[in-house]
Amino acid sequence: MARRESGSFDRINPDMTPMIDVVFQLLTFFMLTLKSVIPEGDFDIRMPLGAAAAAAPDDQLVPPIRVKMTAAADGRLAGMTMNGSPIRDFDDLRNKVVGIVGTDTGPNSLAENTEVELDCDYGLSYENVVQAITSVSGMVRDGQIVELIKKIKFTPVKSGK
Amino acid sequence: MGRRSEGPSTTEVDMTPMIDIVFQLMTFFIFTLNFSEAEQDDRIQLPLSQLAKPVPGPVEKPITLQVTSTNSVIYAGELVPVVQIGGYLEREKASLVNAGRQPADATVIVRADGRAKTGEVQEVVKICQEKGFEKFALRAQYDERE
Repeated sequence: MARRESGSFDRINPDMTPMIDVVFQLLTFFMLTLKSVIPEGDFDIRMPLGAAAAAAPDDQLVPPIRVKMTAAADGRLAGMTMNGSPIRDFDDLRNKVVGIVGTDTGPNSLAENTEVELDCDYGLSYENVVQAITSVSGMVRDGQIVELIKKIKFTPVKSGK
Repeated sequence: MGRRSEGPSTTEVDMTPMIDIVFQLMTFFIFTLNFSEAEQDDRIQLPLSQLAKPVPGPVEKPITLQVTSTNSVIYAGELVPVVQIGGYLEREKASLVNAGRQPADATVIVRADGRAKTGEVQEVVKICQEKGFEKFALRAQYDERE
């Protein structure tokens, strides 16, 4: 049989070109499909049409907390009241909410049964609404989220154009 | 000078380091690849919230409506005025009913820009409610600052 001389070590030099071609193609593909996903989260809100009418008074033992937010002309938050009394900022709002419902959030707790109604001016920047929802729906304590009020609703939109 | 003179000589470059690096890079890009079809748009600057932790599982068949800072809606990549989204939602509703589901079961993800007017966002929500949608998810960007 035709065998090569095996006396010396033959250095095998495989042709790398096709492999490198393919690897670079793959690299380009993965680089182009890279998209940085920013972590996002949701506030789930159940809002059927005519919710105000559907909520019978007897299953609402706790009166809702009404948070009213007024806007300046440029959309910034001009003032905030909770059940009529003025509120300084969102931390104040959170403290007042904790003062009302406490931090017990187990089943059938006060926090679970309380509802927050947001009454916002038409021109208010939406970020203020999200901050208000953040303040009433929970707080971060030692890296853990403590949930407060989950039932959030909006007053019907006012035509403020 | 001691030069080889036998024809064109092939210079052998050591490919090993390059291939190492290229494979490292490829592994990195493979691991960072994600197939999530989460609709994100550069035109929207979501408001920040410390409580907006990413949800563990994706919402089943959501409808994403993105409200821009100029108070129009991006629906399926298209810029639509707020007053016109009713027609698109009607189509979504029809396809849900065809699939044997109710609009009340579907979730509408509202990705509104932080600078958008609250009234416009509420207007969008109201149009959805009129079409029978009940579940809304107001989306915010997770704020990692303490």
